[in-house]
Amino acid sequence: MKRILTLILALMVFLMILGTTSCQKKDDMSKGSDKKVVTMAGPFTDNDAVKFEESIKAFEEETGIDIQYEGSKEFEASISVRIEGGNPPDIADFPQPGLLENFVKTGKVIDLSKTLDMTKVRNNYIQSWLDMGTMTGPDGPIMAGLWARVNLKGIVWYNKKAFDAAGYKVPTTWAELESLMEQIKSDGDAPWAIGIESGAATGWTATDWTEQLMLRTTSLENYDRWLTGDLKFDSPEVRTAIQTWSDIWFPEGNVYGGRKSIPTTSFGDSAKVLFEEPPKAWLHDQGNFIVSFFPEGLQPGVDYDFFNLPPVNDTYGAPLLVGGDIYAMFNDRPEVRQVMQYFASAQSIKTWLASGGVLAPQKDVDPNWLTNPVDRRLQELLKNAKALRFDGSDLMPGAVGAGSFWKEMTGYVSGSRTLDQAVKAIDASWPN
Amino acid sequence: MKSISIQKYFFLLLEVIVALAILILGYVFLKSWEGSKLFMVIVAIIWGVGSVAILFYVLNSIAETLPRKTRSIVLPVVFAGPALLLLLWFLILPTIRTFSLSFFNDTGRQFIGLTNYGNVFTDGVFWESFRNNIYWLVFGTSGSVGIGLLIAVLADKSRFENIYKALIFLPMAISFVGAGVIWKFIYAYKGEGANIVEIGLLNAIITGLGFKAQAWLQLPFWNNLLLIIIMVWLQTGYAMVILSSAIKGIPSSLIEAAKVDGATEFQVFRHIMIPEIMGTLITVSTTIVIFSLKLFDIVRVMTGGNFGTNVIANEFYLRQFTQGRTGEASALAILLLVAVVPVLLYNLRQFQGRKAFK
Repeated sequence: MKRILTLILALMVFLMILGTTSCQKKDDMSKGSDKKVVTMAGPFTDNDAVKFEESIKAFEEETGIDIQYEGSKEFEASISVRIEGGNPPDIADFPQPGLLENFVKTGKVIDLSKTLDMTKVRNNYIQSWLDMGTMTGPDGPIMAGLWARVNLKGIVWYNKKAFDAAGYKVPTTWAELESLMEQIKSDGDAPWAIGIESGAATGWTATDWTEQLMLRTTSLENYDRWLTGDLKFDSPEVRTAIQTWSDIWFPEGNVYGGRKSIPTTSFGDSAKVLFEEPPKAWLHDQGNFIVSFFPEGLQPGVDYDFFNLPPVNDTYGAPLLVGGDIYAMFNDRPEVRQVMQYFASAQSIKTWLASGGVLAPQKDVDPNWLTNPVDRRLQELLKNAKALRFDGSDLMPGAVGAGSFWKEMTGYVSGSRTLDQAVKAIDASWPN
Repeated sequence: MKSISIQKYFFLLLEVIVALAILILGYVFLKSWEGSKLFMVIVAIIWGVGSVAILFYVLNSIAETLPRKTRSIVLPVVFAGPALLLLLWFLILPTIRTFSLSFFNDTGRQFIGLTNYGNVFTDGVFWESFRNNIYWLVFGTSGSVGIGLLIAVLADKSRFENIYKALIFLPMAISFVGAGVIWKFIYAYKGEGANIVEIGLLNAIITGLGFKAQAWLQLPFWNNLLLIIIMVWLQTGYAMVILSSAIKGIPSSLIEAAKVDGATEFQVFRHIMIPEIMGTLITVSTTIVIFSLKLFDIVRVMTGGNFGTNVIANEFYLRQFTQGRTGEASALAILLLVAVVPVLLYNLRQFQGRKAFK
């Protein structure tokens, strides 16, 4: 025992001497380069993480600030733990503004209007983005976050080569869409590829469909009332929206694999059948991020293309549905301010825009940065939008938007719930 | 006391100083370290483990200088104290905090009494989860223990006992999440209609026999059983190994005597084996009961709690981390704790009934 103890003792003393000397060297070195670290946490993993790292590289080299990004697929869970535990990252990147709002309410988020150069920020965003970044904290409204990267939803992707070869035409009205579906079915294929499986988040694809059909079957005013709980799920408006997509999803032969396969097919995998030879399904409705799930080596504009989901009713047209990432600040240090200021400019995602799959909400975006013709058209669509609304489920309270809405829609699609039961259960879960 | 010389006190003082120096210097060193992570990890492990050993050694040497009577009081404190402190810090305090949070709103600032519990009890999701947990408890425990016992008895003294047991025990090495991924392929369902190829094992068997492919994880009630099978697959090995060693502990003379008296194999099993291994059987069962009550991973990986397969632990996780409903999540955690405590207490009483713990 004693001998082991002496050994451990000697080893430790040795390591410590070694350490203190190397530490001193470190101190001397760091005085020269003065490297500052800004920690960031968010949901970017795999490909997204690589693209993000690339997009900030130039900034890091220029300023000497090291942005350490920690991506997690379980970001929603881990960020709560970190913030509640008093160990928040300097900057967090929220795909759901509703989640950010929870932390704004408890006063844990820094007010950007007091820390950033707001004239620059205001000049670089259209008002609706600024409004969507303003949230109410314990001491009144604050500028809680910056929109840094957006997705356009409610667009339909198709295999352009095969589509053209089969002689199909891009539909511009709902009637044309329906006749296209009939045409594909009579050719022996399923028109749609749809999957809503996403682990514990299963069902969110169905909420996106509900939102885009809310925008196409009722007024924008009703859409906004729906988000606040003013317009119930159990209302003719919301029922009509859900019924409209059910009429596409449920009839036999409309969806590859049939209704029962929708809840067990992963949203990312579902589009892959579009690119098999020959394609097994022809249409896939999803945000523009889905291209990163497409098989590799496809050429945008040649192998695949998109069209806006047609209006159902001419009165309401086809307003755009967007999703995106909002960056919030949790620690106020000069270098963190500098990084946030940088994120307020489209420059911060320039290389990401070039590599495809994202769109910029900032005004200073140059369309020439987008090398991908499909993305350029999407960016154009976003810029010229007459009406634009944010993903509804992400704005609803977590209990609904990330809870009962997902769950009940999944139950409804799988057939274990009727529409009636589903909408009533969602209304009942709305927090008082 | 008188026999201890000044020299000994001097060494004791030296020990204390060295121990303190190592603790503080090591901490300062690790805190300021900016080099290779691997090296830091190695240092941290050696320092951490070493410091604990030194701390115990020094405290023990101090305790040994005390008079015999005080020593018998101080010594247990010295050795059990740190463990109790850690238990308090990591287990008792969080429990108390969860308990108090369950009476507050989601921001943890406004006291709302029993509202969270009221919400939980009037919520259909809770009762569905509760019902499913009962399924897990009944079918999961009886399946694991029953099959484990059966295999332990049948394999006992068979020629290839070790091989059989190793095979049954193997799944224990797989995590619940890993098992979920494996079984996802077994239950996979691709749908019906044009151009569909089933890749799931179970559907391959079913379609091979001429039946229609099924969306297994969406079948009401049966999907629960299909998920429970995964736990049985993982836990049977554990039950088997423990029960098998208990069976081997039964004096062979006892069994031989019974056989000489004309008892059949089944009578031996029923009237000798079972009573002899009762204590072990109860311990194994209660362990698996607790397991099934707090079950989370399988459900989260396989269905995410959809299609009527939710369990309380998963619902707690969803509410706390996905939906940010801290109050109700805490209430659920407390209810889960309340459900487990009686089993724990029963288990403890069983332990106390044994000589080793007296």
